[in-house]
Amino acid sequence: MVDKIFRVNMTDLTTSVEEVPEAWAGHGGRGLTSTIIAEEVEPTCHPLGKNNKLVIAPGLLSGTVAANSGRLSIGAKSPLTGTIKESNAGGTSAQLLAKAGCKAVIIEGLPKEDKWYSLAITPAGVTIKEETERIGMGNFDVIKSISPEHDNKIGILTIGQAGEMKMTSANISIQDPDGGLRSCGRGGLGAVMGSKKIKFITIDPEGGKVDIADPAKFKAANRTFAKALAGHPISQALGAYGTNVLVNIINESGGLPTKNFTQGQFADHEAISGETMVDLINERGGKAKHNCHAGCVIQCSQIYNDAKGNKLTSGIEFESVWAMGADCCVADLDCIAEADRIMDDIGIDSIETSVAMGVAMEAGVLEFGDGVEICRILRDEVTKGTALGRIVGNGTGSVGRSFGVTRVPVVKNQAIPAYDPRAIKGMGITYATSTQGADHTMGYTITTNILNVGGQVDPLSKEGQIELSRNLQIATAAIDSTGMCLFIAFAVLDDETCLPALVDLLNARFDIALTIDDVMSLGKHILKLERKFNIAAGFTAADDRLPEFFYDEPLAPHNVVFDFTAEEIDSFWNF
Amino acid sequence: MKITVKLFAYFRDNRFSIEEWDIEPNTTVGNIVDSLHIDREEVGVLMMNHKHTKFEVQPQTGDILAIFPVVGGG
Ligand code: SF4
Repeated sequence: MVDKIFRVNMTDLTTSVEEVPEAWAGHGGRGLTSTIIAEEVEPTCHPLGKNNKLVIAPGLLSGTVAANSGRLSIGAKSPLTGTIKESNAGGTSAQLLAKAGCKAVIIEGLPKEDKWYSLAITPAGVTIKEETERIGMGNFDVIKSISPEHDNKIGILTIGQAGEMKMTSANISIQDPDGGLRSCGRGGLGAVMGSKKIKFITIDPEGGKVDIADPAKFKAANRTFAKALAGHPISQALGAYGTNVLVNIINESGGLPTKNFTQGQFADHEAISGETMVDLINERGGKAKHNCHAGCVIQCSQIYNDAKGNKLTSGIEFESVWAMGADCCVADLDCIAEADRIMDDIGIDSIETSVAMGVAMEAGVLEFGDGVEICRILRDEVTKGTALGRIVGNGTGSVGRSFGVTRVPVVKNQAIPAYDPRAIKGMGITYATSTQGADHTMGYTITTNILNVGGQVDPLSKEGQIELSRNLQIATAAIDSTGMCLFIAFAVLDDETCLPALVDLLNARFDIALTIDDVMSLGKHILKLERKFNIAAGFTAADDRLPEFFYDEPLAPHNVVFDFTAEEIDSFWNF
Repeated sequence: MKITVKLFAYFRDNRFSIEEWDIEPNTTVGNIVDSLHIDREEVGVLMMNHKHTKFEVQPQTGDILAIFPVVGGG
C-alpha cells in the first residue's frame, strides 16, 4: 500500500487523500509532524484558533514487525508553551494507522457550528461524523462504548473532559492492547483536538499491511535489533521494575525534587519506590511486566491493582509517581495510582497537573501530603471545570500566576519533571534549550549523568553537560522519527550492533541507503527546524533559561545551584 | 569503623535494604561488593554520600554507600 496524507478540514467538514510531497517522503513521526507544522502553520497563530493544525503521524517503522516501533507522534503549536510541539506515545494506533496506508493525518480549521464530531480513518480516507452521545464522557467510557470487547483491530484516540474544555494540560489518549490508555501527554495537544471539536478518532486498517521493500534484509536486521534490545540489562530491569525503579536512585543522588522543588531528597522515598510497587503488584495479582503495544520486547509498563485485587491503573511512570509522590509529599502508592487513573480518565498530563498541585500546596490551596484532597480536586473541580479546576487544568504556570507563587518550576511554561537541574546539571541544559519547554525525554542526560550508560559525566559539575545534552537531543529527534520507543536508547548507546541494525531496518523498509551520519543529520535538521518555528513565533534566547530560584536557592543535600551563564546555555546551538 | 550500606532493586533479594556495617580500615567498596557475593559486572551504579564512587575507594567512618544493579528508566 502506498502511503498517503489524509487531510481533514473542520471548517467546511471535508476530507481528502493526497499524495505525499517528495520533501516529506523521508520523514516520519516527530520529523514529519514538525516538518508539516513548520510548513503549514503560521508561527504566530493562536494555538486554539483556526490557523493551528493537529498533525498525527506514525513513525517510519511503525506498522512493521520491527521491535518497539509502535510510537505515534502528534504535533501542533502548543497552547501550553506557544512553541512547536510533538508528543509521542505507545498504544496500538501507530501500527494501525501505518497499516491503513496513512503517513500523516492533518486536521485543520475550526467548525463553524457549536457541534462535536468524531473521525473514522480507514484506508479509503477519513469520514467525519457528528457526535452527541459521548460528549462529557471520560476516556475510559469513550473506549468502552466504542469497543466493548477491546477490539484490537481498531485504534482509538480520544480526549476527556479536560480536552473538551480546552485546558492547556489536556492530553490525547491512545488505547493500548488491553483497553488501557497511553497518553501523548505533554503540551496540551488535547486542547487543540478539543478546539477542533473532535472527541475521538477511530482507526481501522481493514486488514491493510505495510510494504517492506526488502523483506529478507528487514527480517535479519530486526533479529539483530531485537536481540540487542532484549539482551541489554537495562531493558531487563525496565521489564522487572518499570521506570519507577528510578525513585530510589534519583533520590540517592540528591536530585529528586521534593516539596515543590525545595529539597533534593524525599524522606518517604521507599514508600513510593519501584521496589515497593513491584512487591504490591505481585501481592495483589497485578502484572509487573506489560507492553504498551504488540512487538515491544522491553515491557516497562505494568498493571497495578488496588488492595482488593481490582485493576486500578496501568503504565504508571516514574515521572508521575515522583510528581504526585515526592513533589507533593504524598507517600502512598494507592493514592498516587488513584490520582493517575483519574488523570488518565479526564485526559490531563500527569506531570503538568501534579507539579501544578505542588505549587498549589505551596500557595496554601491544600496541604502538602494531602493525596485525598488532590483526588477530590481532580474529580470535583477539574472534571467539572470549576474556577479552581480550570486554574489547575491550565498547568503549573497558571497556578503560580493565579496564586502569586514565585517558585514555579517551568520552562516555556511547561512543568519541569523529576530531575532537579541544580543537582543533575545536564538535565538543566535540556530543560532550558529544548524546543518544546521542559521535557526530560528531549535529551535524557540521566543515562550518562546517573546511570553510567554511554559514559560518565559528573551530574554536579558543569563540564561536558552541554555537549551531552546536545548529542542526546539530536539522537532523540532522530529516534522520535522512526516510531521507536525512546527506551531503545540504552541499547543504542551501549551495544554497537543496535544502531546499525536500526538503520538497516529503515533501509530495508524503504529501499534506501541511509548511513548513521544521515540519521544524525536528520536529528540536527529537525531540531533546527523546530527552533526556527519558535523564533518566528517570538521566542528568543531569553526564553532558554530556568526560573530564577534555581540560580539562587541551594538544593540540599549537595547545596548546589544551577550555575550556567546565559552564554554557556546559548552555546548549545553551536552546531 | 561504622558505615551504612544500602542495596537496591534485586540486590535486596535474600540480602537487605539497609544495614550498619563495622568495617576494617582500608576496606574498599569493591571488597564490600565481593563480600555480598554480588558480581561486580552486575553493579550499575555506586554512590557514596550521594555522589558517584568507584570500587577502589575506601569508605570512611559515617559514609553511606549505595549499591545499584544496572537499572534504567525515563
Ligand atoms: S518499553 Fe515501555 S514505553 Fe517502550 S514500547 Fe515497551 S511498554 Fe511501551
